[in-house]
Amino acid sequence: MGAAPVEVEQPATGQKAALDAPWVTVVWNDPVNLMNYVTYVFQKVFGYPKPKAEKLMLDVHHKGKAIVSSGTREAMERDAETLHGYGLWATVSHDS
Amino acid sequence: MTWDPLPGDDRGHGERGERGEQGLAASFRSVPGGAAAFFEQPQAGVIRSLVSQVAELVSADAEVGGEAGNLEAELGLSSHAQAPDDPVLARLLPDAYSDDADAAAEFRRYTEETLRSGKIASAQIVLGSLPPGGGEVRLTEPECQQWLRALNDVRLALSVRLGITDEDEDLTEHFAVDDPRSAYVWVYQWLAYLQDSLLDALT
Repeated sequence: MGAAPVEVEQPATGQKAALDAPWVTVVWNDPVNLMNYVTYVFQKVFGYPKPKAEKLMLDVHHKGKAIVSSGTREAMERDAETLHGYGLWATVSHDS
Repeated sequence: MTWDPLPGDDRGHGERGERGEQGLAASFRSVPGGAAAFFEQPQAGVIRSLVSQVAELVSADAEVGGEAGNLEAELGLSSHAQAPDDPVLARLLPDAYSDDADAAAEFRRYTEETLRSGKIASAQIVLGSLPPGGGEVRLTEPECQQWLRALNDVRLALSVRLGITDEDEDLTEHFAVDDPRSAYVWVYQWLAYLQDSLLDALT
């Protein structure tokens, strides 16, 4: 007979999310990029549905910046690189 | 962000894409599999010239020569560690870390050459599909993507050179009427209109 199954300690959901996603990609407002272009890019790059992409675009427009994705540092750098390819002004930072 | 309708443009969407009977700006319309537009020769000339200038700017400053540079080039690594001095290049190739110079330099080292190549590739798609003498341009959906990026890069470059920093500013009053740069403000606005029509055609 095998040993009794060992209880694996699961971190609380909040802790796990914090460990998994300590990095974010931020898009900054600028006077050039068209609002519908920014929405389009968010849909294209992240696969976000149009309402979510539009909300993020409006956040960038009205608040000056918005967090558009979160995850590992490597993933956020890939996102920033992709967004730079589209001409958006994106930076990577800790979600603190 | 901005929305820049052409001054005095009061045409509805349905009339977009018609040939510029009244000398109005060219714009894209939706066609199966992509988008199409008709460009008069001067319009094609302006776009080709500006797209070429951006491509030259992005490539001229790229890392070349040097034996140490060759290996880095093969690996796709850039030895650029700092944001470019030219403000246009600095906007086209921005820092990815706003408060960590070391991380920004490292990111640039690994991504800048790819970013430059991508921008040059977009420019080449535009130059390859837009006849110097003007005419009908039919784009596939992937080509539309490249046009969107290239038009956007040109607008970013123009905005820096023209000093456009306020999205709410009335650009018709940005320069005095007799300032030669005022013509480029019009071009900047036309390119926004053109880019917008391409987005409309795609979505």
